Amino acid sequence: MSQPIRVLIAKVGLDGHDRGPKVVARILRDAGIEVIYAGLRQTPAMIAETAREEDVDVVGLSMHNGAHRTLVPAVVQALRAADSDAAVVVGGIVPDVDVPKLRDAGVAAVLGPGAGADEVVAAVEAAASARTGS
Amino acid sequence: MSGVPLEPVYGPDDAELPGQYPYTRGPHASMYRSRLWTMRQFAGFGTAEDTNVRFKELLRAGGSGLSTAFDMPTLMGRDSDDPLALGEVGKAGVAVDTLADMEDLFADIDLGSVSTSMTINSPAAYALAAYVALGDSTGVPRERLSGTIQNDILKEYQAQKEFVFPPRPSMRLVSDVVAFCTAELPRWHPISISGYHIREAGSTAAQELAFTLANGFAYVEAAQSTGLAVDAFAPRLSFFFNAHMDFFEEIAKYRAARRIWARWLRDRFGASSERSLQLRFHTQTAGVSLTAQQPEVNIARVAIEALAGVLGGTQSLHTDSFDEALALPTAKAARIALRTQQVIAHESGVVHVADPLGGSWFVESLTDEMERQAESVFAYLEELGGGSMLDGVIAAIEEGWFQGEIADAAYEFQKKLRDTRWIMVGANGFTEGDEHAPTTLYIDDAVEEKQLKRLAAVKHARDDDAVAAALDRLRADAASPDVNLMPALLDAAKSYASVGEAMGALESVFGTWVEQPRV
Repeated sequence: MSQPIRVLIAKVGLDGHDRGPKVVARILRDAGIEVIYAGLRQTPAMIAETAREEDVDVVGLSMHNGAHRTLVPAVVQALRAADSDAAVVVGGIVPDVDVPKLRDAGVAAVLGPGAGADEVVAAVEAAASARTGS
Repeated sequence: MSGVPLEPVYGPDDAELPGQYPYTRGPHASMYRSRLWTMRQFAGFGTAEDTNVRFKELLRAGGSGLSTAFDMPTLMGRDSDDPLALGEVGKAGVAVDTLADMEDLFADIDLGSVSTSMTINSPAAYALAAYVALGDSTGVPRERLSGTIQNDILKEYQAQKEFVFPPRPSMRLVSDVVAFCTAELPRWHPISISGYHIREAGSTAAQELAFTLANGFAYVEAAQSTGLAVDAFAPRLSFFFNAHMDFFEEIAKYRAARRIWARWLRDRFGASSERSLQLRFHTQTAGVSLTAQQPEVNIARVAIEALAGVLGGTQSLHTDSFDEALALPTAKAARIALRTQQVIAHESGVVHVADPLGGSWFVESLTDEMERQAESVFAYLEELGGGSMLDGVIAAIEEGWFQGEIADAAYEFQKKLRDTRWIMVGANGFTEGDEHAPTTLYIDDAVEEKQLKRLAAVKHARDDDAVAAALDRLRADAASPDVNLMPALLDAAKSYASVGEAMGALESVFGTWVEQPRV
């Protein structure tokens, strides 16, 4: 039996809407995944620091207010600068046209509104195994 | 339609009537027969100039009030040039840094003849000061300024999480706004006590009702403790509820809210003015009920939810646009949402009779049950606060009680979706047919650059000494707990001190609030 997947869930930026990340954290825990919930108003540097310290496989970011184009690539860069190779999964409201931009920035998966629990778990597991394989 | 003559209200001879204590059936006797609800559509994006164009479109289309959505930096009291605002300027609402932006936002709109709602909380006192400053400079007498400032900080700690200062100094700011409005702005609603965000964060209808009214009691207690007479300010308190999909439960929630408020204001807080006892509320349809899949179906959801608000006796209504699970609404989607209200108002016939569901065994029973559940929450909070609802609510915030209750309810709902015990059409059932995504509004990053230039120009043109003096006064007043902060905030706004500067001055005295992250 391999080690359980470790995921850091965080809100980056000023937005405080935390229903999504809290529900996702519980979905992942119920699926046997270890979750660290960093909470609100995390900066990219804070997320990178926690990701490295906790040696997480995946960082899950909840984005609702249009700041994803700026903040998500900043988190990916901060992670790599901190020598974390954690995969980044984004959940929330991201316009279709922005999804390729986030993928190009190094995001493993983008989950939109209405994504079911199974879909969330599958995306995190796929992202984690891709990380292990890299 | 067939010409059957209708009574204004129906019921047996001994029935409780609308417009009579405890107002279960409505605050007014004639309800929509004499006046329709205010169709107040929430709007805001990009720069103040962009939103001004949308405001004028909504007024031309027959909207009867304005409602301002601010962007996230403004809501958090940060300027557009703050490093933490990067990527968020003008994205989810309009950026307002200074009085200059307020001037652009309401250009060519007569503040003396529209009513304006501003959805802002931590920096509410500053935003109101800037609006009053704009009225002063355009020659509109303060007694003619009409509208609402949300200014409901308690639900920020509980649900929406746009807090800056700790709860106690935040409550002082709320009470200062109440006192200022009571003295200067007779047509202004100084707090919109909001269940909307509590519900969106995941609560049930009964929790929305209970937490919102508990917050209302806390505000009344706080204002009374500053020496204001309850009948001087309570008539201007207003409420803001969600309209979700469970049709009859929503209607029961609104009816129970009126009855509870009337009884508590009279018996607990000693109010005697009829206006103090009459709970009046704004309704918005539930953003969380909208699906990104087959989004046109949302038009049907919004119509059902809006009808619940109307049958529940709302005083104003915002209908969500069908594309809002995807983005901020396009002009077309916003127009369809407004048209939905107009169909209810002018075609459905539901406006002719007050509380048409009153006396329904089902609705009356649900109303009683909503009330019973709310009362058990009040009893818990009151005990926690040692007899004080204000202390009880703050203690429950500090120990994360509301936050935990809401998160539990949100997860319970998620499990119902997963197990298909609740079907959201298009999302976890009936999923075929989701081929064509609608064109959505796209806020590009040029907005941020434009707003940064605007702010730099304003900062360059203003009198730096006047700004420094205003901010010094604000810090000094903040350090004196008995001084009302509104005069200093008006000074600051008029000097073109920015929201970030004013909030920074207050923060230097009040400190900040950080939530312990808990799932």
